Amino acid sequence: MLWETVRLSVQAILRNLLRSFLTVLGIVIGVAAVIAMVTVGQGSTDQVTRDVAKLGTNLLMVRPGQPQQGPGTSAGTAAAFDMRDVEAIQTQIASVRAAAPANTRTMTAILGNENHVTSVTGTDSQYLEARDMPVVTGRPFYESELRTGAAVCLLGETVRRELFGSGDPVGQNLRLKSISCRVIGVIEEQGVSSFGTDQDDFVLMPIRTFQRRVSGNSDVSMIFVAIRDGLSTDRAKADIERLMRERRRISPLEEDDFNVFDMKQIASVLTGITSVLTGLLSAVAAVSLLVGGIGIMNIMLVSVTERTHEIGIRLAVGARESQVLLQFLVEAVVLSLLGGLLGILLGLALAAIGSDLLRVPFSPDPLIVLMAFGFSAAVGVIFGYFPARRAARMHPIDALRHQ
Amino acid sequence: MSDPSPLLAFSGITRRYGTGDAEVRALDGVDMTIAAAEFVAIMGPSGSGKSTAMNLLGCLDVPSEGTYRFMGADVGALSRDQRALLRRTYIGFVFQGFNLLPRTPAVENVELPLIYKGIPRARRRAMALDALAKVGLEDRAKHDPSELSGGQQQRVAIARAIVSRPAVIMADEPTGNLDTVTSREIMDLLTRFNVDDGITIVMVTHEPDMAEYASRVIHFRDGRIERDLSNRRVA
Repeated sequence: MLWETVRLSVQAILRNLLRSFLTVLGIVIGVAAVIAMVTVGQGSTDQVTRDVAKLGTNLLMVRPGQPQQGPGTSAGTAAAFDMRDVEAIQTQIASVRAAAPANTRTMTAILGNENHVTSVTGTDSQYLEARDMPVVTGRPFYESELRTGAAVCLLGETVRRELFGSGDPVGQNLRLKSISCRVIGVIEEQGVSSFGTDQDDFVLMPIRTFQRRVSGNSDVSMIFVAIRDGLSTDRAKADIERLMRERRRISPLEEDDFNVFDMKQIASVLTGITSVLTGLLSAVAAVSLLVGGIGIMNIMLVSVTERTHEIGIRLAVGARESQVLLQFLVEAVVLSLLGGLLGILLGLALAAIGSDLLRVPFSPDPLIVLMAFGFSAAVGVIFGYFPARRAARMHPIDALRHQ
Repeated sequence: MSDPSPLLAFSGITRRYGTGDAEVRALDGVDMTIAAAEFVAIMGPSGSGKSTAMNLLGCLDVPSEGTYRFMGADVGALSRDQRALLRRTYIGFVFQGFNLLPRTPAVENVELPLIYKGIPRARRRAMALDALAKVGLEDRAKHDPSELSGGQQQRVAIARAIVSRPAVIMADEPTGNLDTVTSREIMDLLTRFNVDDGITIVMVTHEPDMAEYASRVIHFRDGRIERDLSNRRVA
């Protein structure tokens, strides 16, 4: 009997294609919207978490100037550091794994007819270690090159691609302003950060070379400090602050004229942003689910009014109330399942496309899929069933008169 | 009246609609019996109670007062489901508006009562085709009601009424929407099932021409039986 009812229900669904389609549409849209939005939101969160891990949560940046919010603060009038400060941090603070200078300037890199504006950073081998940037082609700086200030450079993947295309850059010379420098290696691709900045658009050269040929002084404008795994960055931060106050001869009454920025601060800001974003997307998704639900509800109510006459006929020829109800229930379940499955497929497809466009990982959450599906299916079944029950309980004559 | 075991028996049947001042007595203490294999026409002006009587006879409705016995069973005491069971087994309906399921082939419309009886598909299909053949529509089995003429639709409805081999067919103005020629075809069909198969026919009509086909004509007026006459068949 149940199988027979399923067969008849499928027949009825096919016979009323438009009505079935409209009902299914509500479920499809509701389920698809929720799945797509939550999945993309989750992907963004994952991406940020991954980026933060890549930035290194154990990374500190020491810069001259008053402590301010964010990494973009200017040095102001405070004196710059020099290489002795870097060495002091390296040698005097036990928890430091690596400390590297970083002087950065935007310059145009030229190779033959190709040119590319990029950021050029003067630094040393410790930088690669602190930032976790392995050299994939060629080699890192030699100690002698760092000491003598040789005109050699390491390229980020973007610069390599822009200037050399598919060619091998190692051993070639490119021009940065008036400096002709030899490419000795390429750094492993870092990808795009959560801010949308290309983390592979850079050229590294020895700090001494930068000081002599670019800035013309022996200043160090920033120091990257990586803390040993498992050790407290807060503790290291306090140690660095004490050391630098001492070295810069700041009296106990004066404010710091430098600041130590902890990457964890960025991490917490980013995590905050994405959780707001995910919350927002979930709210929008919940609204779509609701709208989809109302759509299903409307179609089901309208179709039952339309079908009251049919129910009257069925009752007159001897259908029991329960038989009519079972048919409507099965129809609602079949439609809801169909709509739910289509919605899941569409939602996952949209999420995959969206994730690809936004360059975030595609990470569908089975729980959300189930929840969206469950809600829509429940709406479909409830609003398919209860109006049908009302109709099936009607007087057959009244139902028959319903046209 | 003297029939010892009538098929259908009204005794003191009253059917009221509404309450208080708005109360209407559609039927007011009606006594009547209909024997097996009779062909009864029920006539009367609008509001005379003839449709109410038909709904009660067809077990679609229950009386407010009095007792209706269908093959001896007290219909007023039956549950909704029991009445559905009774309709399914013993009664076939033919309506003025045909009441076929739209977008559903004729043969499936005819199968409808059999579905609820739980008859297997193959057997159901065979019975439905057989019933369609009896009304001369075997070649229209796959047609939707919208592709059939009014007369053909009513014949499908008659096939649906007889497919479960009922004891009685309740026909409510079966020719009300049809022209004279088609009406006669429908009446001939009903008469044939009455005479050949012994199916009792109770038909509401306001057309005297159609009532001529019946063996007995009951006139209603103001919820009461005005006249109850035996008819000489036109045949």
